[in-house]
This record gives sequence, structure tokens and C-alpha cells, in this order.
Amino acid sequence: MRKLIVLLLAMVMVFGVFSVAHADDLIKVGVVNNPPSESGYREANVNDFANVFTKENGYDAKFFYSIKNDEQLAAARQFITDGVDYLLISAAETTGWDVVLKDAKDAGVRVFLFDRMINCDKDLFEAAVVSDMAEEGRTAVNWLLAQNLPEYNVIHIQGAMGSDAQLGRTGALDEQFAAGTMKKVVQQTATWDEAEAKKITEAVINSGEKFNVIYAENDGMARGAVAALDEAGITHGVGKDVVVMGFDCNKWALRELLAGNWNYDGQCSPFQAQVISEMIKVLEAGGQIEGLNELKQIISVEKGFDAREITEEDIATYGLGE
Amino acid sequence: MKQKRFLANYSQLLIPLIAILLLVIFNLFRDPGFFSVGLSTNNNGDPVLQGNLISILNGASELVILSMGMTLVTAASGGQDISVGALAAIAGSVFVKVLKGGDITILTVLGAFLACCAVAMAFGAFNGSLVSFFKIQPMIATLILFTCGRSIAYWINGGATPTVASPILNALGSFIPGIPVPTPILIVILMGILFSLLFRFTTLGLYIQTVGINQSAARLNGINSVGIKLLSFILLGACCSVAGMIGVSRLGLINHETLLINIEMDAILAVAIGGNSLGGGKFKMLGSVLGAYAIQALTITLYAMKVPSTDVKAYKAVVIVLLVVMGSPVVKEWASRIWKKLTSKQEISVRKEAA
Repeated sequence: MRKLIVLLLAMVMVFGVFSVAHADDLIKVGVVNNPPSESGYREANVNDFANVFTKENGYDAKFFYSIKNDEQLAAARQFITDGVDYLLISAAETTGWDVVLKDAKDAGVRVFLFDRMINCDKDLFEAAVVSDMAEEGRTAVNWLLAQNLPEYNVIHIQGAMGSDAQLGRTGALDEQFAAGTMKKVVQQTATWDEAEAKKITEAVINSGEKFNVIYAENDGMARGAVAALDEAGITHGVGKDVVVMGFDCNKWALRELLAGNWNYDGQCSPFQAQVISEMIKVLEAGGQIEGLNELKQIISVEKGFDAREITEEDIATYGLGE
Repeated sequence: MKQKRFLANYSQLLIPLIAILLLVIFNLFRDPGFFSVGLSTNNNGDPVLQGNLISILNGASELVILSMGMTLVTAASGGQDISVGALAAIAGSVFVKVLKGGDITILTVLGAFLACCAVAMAFGAFNGSLVSFFKIQPMIATLILFTCGRSIAYWINGGATPTVASPILNALGSFIPGIPVPTPILIVILMGILFSLLFRFTTLGLYIQTVGINQSAARLNGINSVGIKLLSFILLGACCSVAGMIGVSRLGLINHETLLINIEMDAILAVAIGGNSLGGGKFKMLGSVLGAYAIQALTITLYAMKVPSTDVKAYKAVVIVLLVVMGSPVVKEWASRIWKKLTSKQEISVRKEAA
């Protein structure tokens, strides 16, 4: 028995030395992100990074997840002390990062931001891969305009007021309301809460006002609104009375599209890892990163799905969650 | 004399009743058709009742059930449980987890409910033992679950927004085919009946009040005050599981982050508006129930008025400040003094006439 343990220990040590020696050719990466429990978006985002920054792809990646800025800052410091080559950050808050990023620069650690920008000097990071929420809103509203409905009476259900996603997705629709091309039946925040979205829609139905579009700023709230329609006996979806629009592309939402119960779902891409990995490979080869805008950003390519065109393949590729 | 006792017994219901009455009058002035209820057909082809009144009664269901449990905890422990929203999310997640295990039949739904009820009652017992046995302030004790509860809810399913679809769930969260009253309203009525039977046929209500008024005196009288407090938290846990189940069934989806978010504050508020002392002791569950309906009526009114998104909370705050001030001891004192003056004058004039 004792011999077996000794043998095992010896093997562990040999392999340990071997793997340490091996790790030296890998690119060391520290990823600071928000926890997957935050949202379906984050879950997909976390999985994306875990799938791209693997040993097979030439990385020795360490991950840290927290929803708290101070914990993220401490983890980033620890990564710098550990001597990572690259630091990838999706910050919980936009402020407070200057000192850590300067330390990183001094230590020769190169920084990439993803998903969220940080309020800091542009020299402190190499590039930021982010979504353009305003563009998501414009894509959705342009799709809606292209439907050529005889009139647009819109129930607009907003996310938590002041969040990036709310501001971006509201902006494009507000322009239409102001221009008079669409009529605002109601514009109310459900703070991402499905049940509140249902109540808001019920209130409109009970008032007897006409409406033919539901523009909900995420999938869950669209589902809430649709539940209210179902209870009131109002038809919705492709070729029906009410056009239903959501955002985020959860798999279950895309399946509603495929079934023709909803009309449109806008993507908010959580897939930034591949783009960052490619940039890292360019830097490692001694090259220059190209294609950045004046804010040193790369904007993720994001689609909007139409219920009449979506396929099972789209759901498998772009859908979040299960 | 009898009438006086009746008044003393039910005077605390005055505030929530006035609140509801004011909202009703306000809405009738604003839109005479506000409370009209009509019969229509839903997308499954079943007859359903529809209207703002139904929306208020239906939408308040979870809040009403939670405020029932909150009343007991408040009365027994003299403190509040701020983890009810998180606990409902845990219960809802367990409910979904069990249902995702196989085909959804009435039996599996029942099993899922029993499972989530057991889990929620266990968490309730955890909170309760911290409060009763370790004598930690209820708000601090439940802060633990308030902070980590929604993460636990996430771990249970390991996915952000798992969905479940079944006609049975639809019947539970929306309408039972053939019955035009929303099922959540029926569940609230059932819970109300269960609690009134509990108070009618056991001494639980009296014991809870006794423990809340004076713990040591209760103990000297042979009441197990630790056990009573623990029991009140376990009952609240059961209420959380029912609320979580309704919340999940409404949409066939659990979002651990948003399910019944911030409902703990509304539940505590309902208890307060219902005229119950937040310091424990005497309680009237009906008051909390009316308080909960008043809060929901306020929310629906604001939605119907199309108050801008950014202003909703401010409007709500103004109304709630008014209600709470109305129910405060100082205002009550004034009111009773004025009332006494008025009635004594009347008595004098009556006497004079008699003379």
C-alpha cells in the first residue's frame, strides 16, 4: 500500500515538473470576468472564454469571476504578480481601474477589455471588444420599419433604467417616436422583470388601447408580454395581430421565433474570445492590431433574426443557454 | 360595549381600507371604466375574466401570500425576513429542476411542489433557528440568505433562464380550462382558508402574539417561545415556496435574478400598511393582505396612468409616505382625540335634547 502511494506521489511530481516545464511555451492569460450566474449572456460569455483559451489553443489561462469591482481589482493585481502575459477584463464598474492598469503596463502585461469599457486612458489597453447597444437598437428598429405595417402602435418595455442595454435599445425607438413614424402606446420599465412586463401589457390591454407591436428590451420581458396577450386572446407572431420583438437570442426565444410565435430577436453577442485570441496571436508574432476605431474598440458583429428566415442551425450557433 | 370591542379589534384595518378606497375613487374619476370586468376568450379558447380589477387581484397573489407569512414572522420575532424573494427564487428553481427531470404530469407537478416546499421550509428553519436559538436580529440573520439566495437558485439549475412548458403549469399560473378566474387568485383564497383554519382550531395565533409581546412571560406560561419563532419562519418558508411556484408557472420560466425581485420590501410594507406593529406582538393577517392589494393597486394604477419609467418609484414613494404617516401612532392619536371630541359633543347635545 505504502509503495503504491509513493509511486503515485512520484508520478504526480514527475508530471508536475513536466507540466510546469511545458507551461513555459504557453501564453499566460488572466481573465477577469463577472460570474456566470449574472445572466444568460454572461453564462455564454464565460463558456466562450473557457472554450477558446485552452491548452490546445496554446494558452495557460486562469479565470476569476466576481460581480464586485474591488474583488476584480484584487484579482487583476494577483494576475499581474503571477506574471501573466495578457490580462483580459470585463469590469464590474467602469471606474477605479487606472492604477491597476498602469501597474500592468509597467509590468509589461498587455490588457484587453471585453464586453464593457473602462473609463481610463486609451494607452492603458491594447483593444476593447464590445457590443454597440445603440446599433442593436437601430438594427431592430430598421427591421421593424421594413415590415411596412400600415401603422405602428408600440408597447415599449424597457430594461433597468440607465443600463447600457436599456439606453442603446431605447435610443433608436425614441427617435421614431419623436419623428412621428411610430406611436408610443406606452413606454415603461419592467427592470428586466418578466412578471412586471406582463402587468404593463395587461394594463394596456385593459385600457382598450390599440397596439400592434411589442418591443421588449430582452427575451424574458417579451415572454411576459406574450403571456398577457395569450390570456387576453390576442394573436401574435408571423402574420398575426401583434408583432413581438425581443433581444438577447436565448435558445428558447429563438425557438419561439422558429415556431412563428415571435417575429424578431436581436443578438447581443457574448462571443468575444475568438477575436481577442486572434489579436493576441498577431501581437505574439510581432504584428500590429488593425481595424480599431478611434476608441480602440472592435465592435462585435451582431445580427437580428427574423422569424421567417431563422433555421435550427442559427439556434444552435447563436442561441444562448439551453 | 360589544360594538366598541369590534371597533378596537378591526380599527387597524382602517388604514389599508382607506388606501384602497382612495385608489378606487381616484381611478373612477380618472377613468370610469377602470374597474370594469369583462369575459373574453384566451388563446387556448377558454373563457377568462379580464380587467384591471382581475389584474390587481391576480398580480398581487405572490405578494399577498408572502405578506401572510411575513405577518407571522413579524409578530413572533419582532423583526422582518428580508430573504423571502431569494427564498422564493430558490423554491422556484427546485420546482423547475424537478419538472425538468421527466414528463410533466399532475403527479410530478405535485411532487415538484412538495420538493420545493420542503427545501423552502428547510431554509426557513435555518433562518428561524438563527433568530430563535442564536437570538440574532431577524434582519441580520436573513441578510445571509438575502445575499446568497439567488446564487444558490442559479446553482440548482446551472443555467440562467431554464424554461418548462406544459398545459398543467399553464393551468397553475394562468387559467384552468373552464374556470374563468385566474388560478393564482384561487391559490390565495386557499391559503387564506388554510391560515384561518389554523388560527381557528389551534392556539398558534395566540401563542405567536404572546411570544411577540413578551417572550419571557410567554416562557413562564409554558409556551415554547423558541419553537414558536422557529415555526413562524418555517411557515413563511412554505409561503415562499407557493409564491415561487406561482411565479414560475406564470411564464414557464425561472429567472433567478428577477423572480420576485425586491418583493421583500413590498411584503414588509404590506405588513406595515396593514396596521401591524413591526415590533411584533398583536397582528391581523387580514390587514397585511389588504395592504398587499393596496400596493398592487397602486402599481397597476401607475401603469395605467402611463407614468414615465423614470418617475414610477418617486410616485410610489409619495403615496407610501402618505399611507405610512396616516397609520403612524401620532396621527392615530390626533384622529382618536378629534373623534372623541366630536362624539362627546354629540352626546352632550343628545343629553341636552333629552333634558
